Amino acid sequence: MTTRKQEFWLGVRDEAPILLGVAPFGLIFGTVAIHASIAAPVAQAMSSIIFAGSSQFIAAGMVGTGVSRLAIILVVFMVNLRHALYSASVAPHMRHLSPIWKFLLAYLLTDEAYAVTITHYRQDDDPTNKHWYFLGAGLTLWTTWQVSTATGIFIGAQLPQNWPLGFILSLTFIALVVPALKDKASVVAAVTAALVGVLTFGFPFKIGLLAAAFIGILTGLLVEGRQK
Amino acid sequence: MSLWAVILLSGLLTFGTRLSFILLLDRINVPGWFRSGLRFVPAAVLSAIILPELATRSAVLDVSLHNPQLYAGALAVLAAWRTKNVLLTIIVGMAALLIFQALLWKF
Repeated sequence: MTTRKQEFWLGVRDEAPILLGVAPFGLIFGTVAIHASIAAPVAQAMSSIIFAGSSQFIAAGMVGTGVSRLAIILVVFMVNLRHALYSASVAPHMRHLSPIWKFLLAYLLTDEAYAVTITHYRQDDDPTNKHWYFLGAGLTLWTTWQVSTATGIFIGAQLPQNWPLGFILSLTFIALVVPALKDKASVVAAVTAALVGVLTFGFPFKIGLLAAAFIGILTGLLVEGRQK
Repeated sequence: MSLWAVILLSGLLTFGTRLSFILLLDRINVPGWFRSGLRFVPAAVLSAIILPELATRSAVLDVSLHNPQLYAGALAVLAAWRTKNVLLTIIVGMAALLIFQALLWKF
């Protein structure tokens, strides 16, 4: 059995490559927020209270454009709705945890922490201490996001031009998703979701992403049902 | 409403979304297809993030033979499938992007 400490550091280690994409993203967020005339403490609070990258960018962009405050809240909510799917996906593995653990890990449930944690949860080994892995991965990402935001706020971001941020993040997701595609139904689900995601790219507030995910999941279920 | 209130409410809603099923799945009975569907969540959601990201350059959709990200992404998929190694996949993908960018520059 792996100890709590081993699980925690395994989570930290597995999250590390993803930071290549996340730290520059946080730097840019800090810089963008200051340029949008958001005060430094408020910008930092966005990273620690909302703690969801793309929605923070959208919110920062909307502040100062005269959009109603209620609209900003609604948009952040919409953009982050995909986290409900992550929540449902990790929930069966978190049954045995105390409420404090559930609240803490829910706070840390970002795209990047989810991607490595669900991969680990699905490995067929002893699950007793896997929440420590989740904590290690989640805290690593959290710390990076806070520090990089602060750095962006106070020093500003000077990244090389055309630094392909989104591309690097995609590479890490590819590395996590592809090895998990072990059967026909999963492959069909992934390919369908990817194609629908491109077709619905123009939809606002990540509605396209949600639609693509749902259609992908349904297609996976259909293929699986037919095989039985 | 102050900006602080906006952030606090946005944060609460985001946290609530993340917490939703972690708390609820213990208390409610969800149908069997819902449980089976969970298996496909990572593949579906992450793929729906990946391909649109590869297919866009400077926030504009570019599904053409001139988009180097598509070639580099395809090679990264191959690398991930063969090696199952995150760091190696990133290295292969980044190197491929640089090479294809240089090659496609001429067209």
